[in-house]
Amino acid sequence: MNGLSESEGVWVFSEVYDLTLEMLSKGRELADKLQTELVAVLVGNNVRQRANELIDYGADKVYVIDSPGLEHFQAEAYLGVLHNLAADYHPAILLIGSTRDGRPLAARLATRLNTGCVPDCFELSVDEGKRLVGERIAYGGSAVATVAFKSKPQIATVPARAFEKPALHDRRGQVVKLDVRIEAPKVEVVERRPLETSSVKVEEAEYLVCCGRGLEKKDDMKLLQELAEVLGGQVGCSRPLVEDRKWFSEWIGLSGHKVKPKLYVACGISGVIQHVAGIRDSKVIVAINRDPEAPIFEIADYGVVGNLYEVLPALKEALQKQLQ
Amino acid sequence: MKRIVVCLKQAVDVSQLKVDPATRQLITAGAPKKISDFDKNALEEAIRVKEKLGGIEILTVTVSSEDAKTVLREALAMGADKAYLVNDLGFEGIDTLGTAYILAEAIKKIGQFDLILCGETSLDSFSGLVGSRLSELLNLPQVTFVRRLSIEGDTVLAERALEDVNETVKAKMPALIAVTREINQPRIPSLMMIMKASKKEIVTWTLSDLSVQREKIDPKIEVLSAVAPTMERKKIMITGETVQEIAEKLAKALIQEGVVGR
Repeated sequence: MNGLSESEGVWVFSEVYDLTLEMLSKGRELADKLQTELVAVLVGNNVRQRANELIDYGADKVYVIDSPGLEHFQAEAYLGVLHNLAADYHPAILLIGSTRDGRPLAARLATRLNTGCVPDCFELSVDEGKRLVGERIAYGGSAVATVAFKSKPQIATVPARAFEKPALHDRRGQVVKLDVRIEAPKVEVVERRPLETSSVKVEEAEYLVCCGRGLEKKDDMKLLQELAEVLGGQVGCSRPLVEDRKWFSEWIGLSGHKVKPKLYVACGISGVIQHVAGIRDSKVIVAINRDPEAPIFEIADYGVVGNLYEVLPALKEALQKQLQ
Repeated sequence: MKRIVVCLKQAVDVSQLKVDPATRQLITAGAPKKISDFDKNALEEAIRVKEKLGGIEILTVTVSSEDAKTVLREALAMGADKAYLVNDLGFEGIDTLGTAYILAEAIKKIGQFDLILCGETSLDSFSGLVGSRLSELLNLPQVTFVRRLSIEGDTVLAERALEDVNETVKAKMPALIAVTREINQPRIPSLMMIMKASKKEIVTWTLSDLSVQREKIDPKIEVLSAVAPTMERKKIMITGETVQEIAEKLAKALIQEGVVGR
């Protein structure tokens, strides 16, 4: 037990290791500014050996909660662990990885601790009053909301790839192994089936060729596939092709996959704000659309008014020729 | 009789928002409102469960201002049996914890229930926190990101869509389920349904009816600004006589930019 009356420390936790590392880089920055310690919370089974690596990635201290009962993410078990730790050690800031398991976890933890939670922060800083300030997309992509905390611990969730993984340095730190009572689950997992996905996730693709309503038939996706192959990238689609036409199961956009490729080619996509919010971090955006008034042109680096059925094969050919 | 409570949010219709050209601040006051899309999926799912199993009463709860009656009428027309409006008059600026707390108190006052359904997130604030907070306040099992749902006796079976896996889980009722938009296509009520709904009851409560303690709903966060994001893009339109010419110009630009090739 730690008798700290004042909240201290910046903590990071995610059940996804890479996301933990990404949060360590932002966490380091916040901890330095607040002149406090950066703590990684490591939860799982046989995870102890990773603690020293987390220190090399920037943590000052690692709390290790290692138990066979924590092998897989389980909401109540993980919630109980984090709640016990936070109630004992009073962190000032708690960053939690914004996965589909992590976000509800953060919300429930914040409720138990009677505190605020700001989800999906793509930027974080501290103000003069040492308050955590987060920036997030709101109103379906129409706005960036800047939100400050009025209670502690300040719990923010951080999406994958919002921050770069930190560099490895040989550092010294403290590894603290803790035993925590594991809460009984309220929900039983009956089955876990891996999703059929291509080898590389769209989030990680460097080149993305995507289509919207302008695609006339599902089979025409091969036109996009051919260009994607030349670029060494992947294909995707916008929400109407999933929701209305049921051709595909996943879409690019705020409520689907948020992407940040080097090149995003939008074919026959009108460019509603929800879609744009999902692609705004792309380095270069190319838009191909028959409608010169389509809003997608407003957020594109290069625009072509034309029929995707003509432009895509021509672009593929031109790239092949010029890249030789 | 089983009871399903559906939590509805009257959200700002984000497709109709305007931006102050001088400050780029979003103008949310006076913007048109509607039932948050995700919550409509939750309501539709409740109606489908009722149609399949029978003997179920569907209650909707909203924390909002008086004008939410319009969206509650729509929920009743879709097939909800009764609607509750908790009027938050004078308590603007409550955050997700305050909203969840008020919902929890309203649901306690409603009494016995078997299932709470809500959307995974809301159309406007897109936080996805209220459902999870509510499950914690009511000490319920919760299942999030549900794309398929079935009920067997006192157990709810749900399929969750996660990043890399689909999970099938089960929980004893009462439980809270947050659904994704993939779960169904909400129905559009017919004129007949709209007319029938006008006879259904909307119960209005104030926060004092629920003996909500003021300090419990003090906001824990503060929104400093909501500004339309700027996208610094080149906006170069590529034109030409033929599609080949256009394609060649575009390919050249992308190579020069350094995003394609080396």
